Amino acid sequence: MASIEARGLRKAFGTTVALAGINLRVEEGRILGLIGPNGAGKSTALNAILGITPFEGELRVLGRDPWNERDRLMRDVCFIADVAVLPRWMRVSQALDYVAGVHPRFDRAQAEGFLAKTEIKRTSKIRQLSKGMVAQLHLALVMAIDAKLLVLDEPTLGLDILYRKAFYDSLLNDYFDGSRTIVVTTHQVEEIQHVLTDLMFINHGRIVLECSMEEFEARYAEVMVHPDHLAEAQALRPIHSRQMFGRSILLFDHVDREQLAALGEVRTPGIADLFVALMGDKASAPEGAAK
Amino acid sequence: MSIEVNESQPAAHTPVRPTRPFYWSVRRELWDNPSIYMAPLIAAGVVLLGCLLTAYRLPQMRRAALLLESTRQRAAIEMHYDVAALMIMFTAFIVAVFYSLDALHGERRDRSILFWKSMPVSDRITVLSKAVVPLVIVPLLTFIIVQVTQLIMLLITSAALATSGLAGTTWAILPIFRLSVILFYGLITSALWAAPLYGWLLLVGGYARRATFLWAVLPWLALCAIEKIVMGTAYLAHMVGQRVTGNFEEAFVVVQYPKGAHVPIVDRLTQLDPLKFLSSPGLWIGLIVAAGFIAAAIQQRRYRGPL
Repeated sequence: MASIEARGLRKAFGTTVALAGINLRVEEGRILGLIGPNGAGKSTALNAILGITPFEGELRVLGRDPWNERDRLMRDVCFIADVAVLPRWMRVSQALDYVAGVHPRFDRAQAEGFLAKTEIKRTSKIRQLSKGMVAQLHLALVMAIDAKLLVLDEPTLGLDILYRKAFYDSLLNDYFDGSRTIVVTTHQVEEIQHVLTDLMFINHGRIVLECSMEEFEARYAEVMVHPDHLAEAQALRPIHSRQMFGRSILLFDHVDREQLAALGEVRTPGIADLFVALMGDKASAPEGAAK
Repeated sequence: MSIEVNESQPAAHTPVRPTRPFYWSVRRELWDNPSIYMAPLIAAGVVLLGCLLTAYRLPQMRRAALLLESTRQRAAIEMHYDVAALMIMFTAFIVAVFYSLDALHGERRDRSILFWKSMPVSDRITVLSKAVVPLVIVPLLTFIIVQVTQLIMLLITSAALATSGLAGTTWAILPIFRLSVILFYGLITSALWAAPLYGWLLLVGGYARRATFLWAVLPWLALCAIEKIVMGTAYLAHMVGQRVTGNFEEAFVVVQYPKGAHVPIVDRLTQLDPLKFLSSPGLWIGLIVAAGFIAAAIQQRRYRGPL
């Protein structure tokens, strides 16, 4: 069964179109990275999935209509927005009491277990915790909930690299078990590349790219081209080129790897590089892209 | 046998624990807003401090009071307890007003609405748990705090009067149980009477992006002004004013104030008039309007995100 299924999902704020009728299907057990520039429609899509914003079109999350059944849906869906949403006046112990009091699938002992591995004191108020500790607390609360779908909207924004790495490590090691589904948006694309099973680029409210990570690796290749082979490489129509240390790095779509190996060192591109190739140029030089 | 099958079905997930979302939502409000009980407690502290500081004058005042005829005698002794109750009730009212105005605004301002909405708690339960604070929690707390304060006052005055042998006069003259009943009745009727006020404040707090107080007040001022200019009347101003100043005339039989008493004295159970109150169209219209405001606040919260 698909965890999320959308057909013609559309949302406009006045005359600004945030989502231009997208189709989306996320299967159970996948970890989908939703990547896009600011204002691309990522958060709007997530808010629609979470029942926070009304929308046009069809959308089922775990078989439910999120707008009309948000409270019921939230028994099976967890959500971490950026680190600032935990109420700052709350004590850690109160947060545990509250979630235990309202959430039927919350395992308090498990949350206490996660917290025991951190420096977080039960009596602290959330406003006294560092950003990283707030993220740890929120993650501890969420990981102790036996949910089917976890939505992460910039979960590591403003955290230092140690916390960011620890965040994704515990998510993968302690939480993800292959039957849960995770949807994540982030600007720190490189850090989640190895975590994802699926990738989606979104821009101006439209899906620009949608593929599994296997497809991504098979399809795109990056070559550091020897100057002697540059003309030959250009003939293969790279979708993007950039300069590094005086060498050209060309990005190819659907070009045979053996053919590319003759031109220089071949490797799988980073998501960020593909992102720039597909979207950065269009944004900065729309006329060049039209050719 | 079939029961066993039913129970084993959700085994793929941890069993669903029973939850009490309404109870925990109300507790959350009390955690977030300690002023709900702190402000009346501070008012009670001020009252008791005043009582302590004036205790030395008490024997003299009591001797003077005992010279009066019985109604005015009782009024003179009761007055202190009434003033104490009114001060605490007024503080609680102010707290309830500002709580209601901020209840649906604060969660958007600090973005925590995204956390609350990630929990399996409906907007209806959330808004009702907030409406219950001014309508039930604050009156109950006020009742308890006033009762305890008056009891401590009673002990302080008894101690102050003991040396002059007048301690027994308070207990003989003050209708302690009757005053409790009147207080309880007064708190319930004023909460019901002011329900549309609290409902309106909840709704405005959820609606306005900023300046909630202005949004709450200015539309009514504008409507009153328009009425005054266009029709030369002031019905709306009278109606609104009556909601804010309270239920006294609706719920009590108003009697002539005894001379020498600075506050209206209500100390007889015959002055309670629940039938008049319950048959007042103003009460029922107010409750219907309050229900409308609260329903609108519930509906509106679905659309609300962080500011």
